[in-house]
Parts: sequence; structure tokens; C-alpha cells
Amino acid sequence: MGMTITEKILAAHADLDMVKPGQLIKARVDMALANDITAPLAIKAFKSAGGEKVFAQDKISLVLDHFTPNKDIPSAIQCQEVRKFAYEQDIINFYDVGSVGIEHVLLPEQGLVLPGDVVIGADSHTCTYGALGAFSTGVGSTDLGAVMLTGEIWLKVPPSIKLVYKGSLPKWITGKDLILYTIGDLGVEGALYKAMEFCGETISQLSMDARFTMANMAIEAGAKNGIFAPDEKTEAYVQPRAKRTYQIYRSDPDAEYLFTREYDVSTLEPQVALPHSPDNVRGVSEVGEIKIDQVVIGSCTNGRLEDLRLAASILKGKKIAKGVRCIVIPGTQQVYLDALKEGIIETFIEAGAAVSTPTCGPCLGGHMGVLAPGEKAVSTTNRNFIGRMGHSQSEVYLTSPAVAAASAIAGKIVGPEEVN
Amino acid sequence: MNITGKAWRFGDNVDTDIIIPARYLNTSDPKELAKHCMEGIKPGFTELVKEGDIIVAGRNFGCGSSREHAPLAIKAAGIQVVVAKSFARIFYRNAFNIGLPIIESEEVVDATEEGDTLKIDLDKGEVINLTKNLVFTIQPLPDFMKELITDGGLIPHLAKKGGY
Repeated sequence: MGMTITEKILAAHADLDMVKPGQLIKARVDMALANDITAPLAIKAFKSAGGEKVFAQDKISLVLDHFTPNKDIPSAIQCQEVRKFAYEQDIINFYDVGSVGIEHVLLPEQGLVLPGDVVIGADSHTCTYGALGAFSTGVGSTDLGAVMLTGEIWLKVPPSIKLVYKGSLPKWITGKDLILYTIGDLGVEGALYKAMEFCGETISQLSMDARFTMANMAIEAGAKNGIFAPDEKTEAYVQPRAKRTYQIYRSDPDAEYLFTREYDVSTLEPQVALPHSPDNVRGVSEVGEIKIDQVVIGSCTNGRLEDLRLAASILKGKKIAKGVRCIVIPGTQQVYLDALKEGIIETFIEAGAAVSTPTCGPCLGGHMGVLAPGEKAVSTTNRNFIGRMGHSQSEVYLTSPAVAAASAIAGKIVGPEEVN
Repeated sequence: MNITGKAWRFGDNVDTDIIIPARYLNTSDPKELAKHCMEGIKPGFTELVKEGDIIVAGRNFGCGSSREHAPLAIKAAGIQVVVAKSFARIFYRNAFNIGLPIIESEEVVDATEEGDTLKIDLDKGEVINLTKNLVFTIQPLPDFMKELITDGGLIPHLAKKGGY
């Protein structure tokens, strides 16, 4: 019996010839990560368990990205605790203001996560690295504390589901539209505890940035991980960045899947997830007239260069609608710098957008764009739960950067065709 | 382990932003977190809850973020067990790891209304709805999990035992 890519990676990291769904294994971890919100609790767990030295200084990443540059005194204290621990332990991959980016944009960019890895992060969007053909999943702080101590984690091997994308991508259709459509189809618990394997002829048309966006939102269908088989694009992305060897895995033709879904992308229109759930998805033409107060372009879902390029191509020479606040957040310093050199940042500022230093910021209602009661936002982020971006009576509509930029110009939710 | 308490009913897909909004995550002090537990859908929840009460919810409880602050907030609010039809996977691990027992049962949830008193025996694997006089069988917790809960979570348990 064949194995899926997820099963192969887990078997290799547990020193087993094969694993089956449901099997409990102890797996070696190639990279463990935590941020300014989850690290303080993980450090506490690490120390309470008697931890003195982390298992490997180069296999832990601590990224101060959520409430930074610090928004208030308690956040500053949290960062101070992490900073102290990082220096004490000589953590090599420690990212503070000035070098920091949003963790799931930053780690792949820096070549810290690679194909075939097992990556465990105290952040639910750790599933992003599946875009590289790695097994990666989110855990809580206590689990992460135990990984920092031992370099291992116990896992249950998830069953896989196969998502097959067919057809050519129409203009304006992005990875975000594909994943929103998929979550709309599966539901927020449709992939609970499972591995989502993204396959099909359309995948080769998707850039790495688009694949990161898709793997990133696997958790929004409840999945343990989302994963793509590496191809030429993966290799081209990884080779100049990797500082260690890596392993390419692919699913066997006779691997077993719990179920398979096929999606024809050729007729897809831009997708919107309406409040208050990422599976409340409709085509943009079916949304109706919704006036907006704010637009956010950024996050671990859509804060990469390609995302900013797409938004800028729509905003070029145009103005943000009166009464709309448009906030653009490059995912990392590198993305920011590249966007600056390409003239993209200039385009945003001329259009009337505010450009921020890299941070998770408004995505989780932390800072840099929190919503008041009754306000509506279009956002390229990943969650639109009640109160996610601010007051419990505010609303978030999740879209691609193309729809977000178009909506910023129109002052209401529209597709890019309507402003171009 | 025996638990008796009053049920607070919630629906499907109660997410971590409802359990504890991220704007309060500038601290990991459980008492501070508990003040804002469930405030997005049940304002004033923390004042209404009595020590020992029980949350009874639908499917996919705890979906969303990996924040361990979510089960910490629930536990510090006085809730001693969560019964749901199903749990999101990160929340499931986090709850046991911080010493909050959770139970998966479709039948118990379907038969429970807000305010019902439940008596839960984790050793026998039994839930009794004292208000409605109904008895349900649940999967009993294995001994190591019971010890983990009694010790207050994974880390105190490991510190005490030196292993599982």
C-alpha cells in the first residue's frame, strides 16, 4: 500500500518504514516556532518542566510579530520576556523590530523551513509551510515548550483528503479565491484533524506566493496540515535560500485518501467570505451592495510581494474612496524593500493608503486598524469571526488583494473588473 | 473524578476569538483573561458563571487560533469541564495540556438545555443530567489522562512524575 506525502514525511521523522492514519508517533522536529503572544507561555512551560537548555539553538525561531512595535506596556513586557530568553539561550533565529516580519512570510523567505521538514509552531497558521512540501502544523504553547526541550512531538498521523484543481485560472483569480472556494465547499470543520493535499493541473500555474496563501488557510477548514507536492517552482524558490539539505517527497499513485474533491477553476469568479465565518463564501457578484469603512492588505495569508503587486496594479493612478481607510502591511522587511524598489509603495501612498511596518496588527484586532462598532472591513486576512478585527459589532469580509484594492477605490465590495 | 455543575449552552463553531479576543492577549495571566471569556457572544458571562459550572457546546468547539489562552480563560472563569459534539484539534490538545477536562458526546449535548445540572463521572464514563433525569455513557478517561488533569496539566504532571 502506498503512502501520501504527509505519511511519508511523518514516517521518515519517526524512523519508521511506513505509517497509517490514526497511528500515534513520536516525530523529530526540524523547526519549532513561537511569536510574542505564544512564546511567553511556552517559555514558562519549558522552565516549569525543568528546562535549562533548548534542544538546538538553530532549530527554534522566535518571531516578535503580533503586537510589535509594541502597542502598550503589557505587550512590551511580553516581548521583553521573549527577548531575554532568546539571548540567554543563544537562539539563532530570533527576529525583533527591524528584522522582524510576519512569521509565516518570514521563515520560508529566510530558507528556515524546507521541503520534507516537520515544522511545529505555536501559531495556528503554521500550516503555511505545506506550500513547500513540508509537514507543518500549529500547537499550543505547552506543546511547544515540550518541543523546545526535547526536539520531538507526539502526533497522530492524519488521514488525507485530495483536492484536485482543474482548468486555467481566469484573470484576477488567485490562490486566495481557490482556497476560499474550497473552504466554502468543505466547511470550517470539513477537514477537521485531516491533511488537505492540493493537487491537479492548475497547481503548476500557481506561484509559490499563491501556494503559501492556500496552505495558510487549511486550518480554516479545521485541517491539521495542508500540503503541495514540490515541483520546479518549489525548487527554484528553495534552492537559493536553503542552508541545509532537504528531501523531496511525493504521494504514491496508490496512496489512500478519505475522499477526493474536484474543482474546475476556469469558471470561478473572485470569492468573498462574509461575516462571521471563513466558510460563508460567495462569488463577488452575489455579495450585494456593501459599503465599507476599511481595507486591510497584508497578513501571513496575503502579505507577500505578489499580493502587493496585484493590489498596486489596480490602485495605480487611482484614489482610495472618501471615507475608506486603506492599510497596507508588507509581510517582511524584504517584501517592503522589494515593493519600495518596484515603486509599489509609491503607488499605495499616492492612492491614499497608509503603509505600515510588518506586523500581524489588525488581522487579529491587536493594533494598526481596530474596528469600531458597526464598521465593515474588506481584508486579505484569514479569519472573520465575531470581534476578530475589533468591536464585536464590526464585520470583516475576506477577499484576495485584487478585490480588496478594487473595493478600496469603489468604497464598497466590488470585483477588480468594475474599477479597471 | 466527579464533577457536578450547571450547564451553559453554546452552539457550533465557537472560535477562539469568541472564547478570548486577541486584543486581550497582551497578558497570559489566567485571571485577567477570564474577565473577557465569551464576551463577544455572551457579554457578562464571567460574572454569571459560578465556580464548577460546565460549558456544553456543539461541533468544532475552539476552532481558530492556537492560543492556549482560550482554555486557560475558560478554566480561570470557573468552568471545570467542556462537553461538546466535537473539538478543533489544537484546542483539544491545549485543554488537556493545561488541565481542563473535555468530553466529546453528541447525545449529552443534544439532551442538555442551559441551566440543567450535570453530574459527570470521568472514572465510570457516565454523565447524568440531574435536571432531566437522563443517564449517558461516555468514553472513560485513561488513568494517565486523569492524573494529568488532577496534577493541573501536562507540565506540572511531568515535573511531578518525570515523564508520562
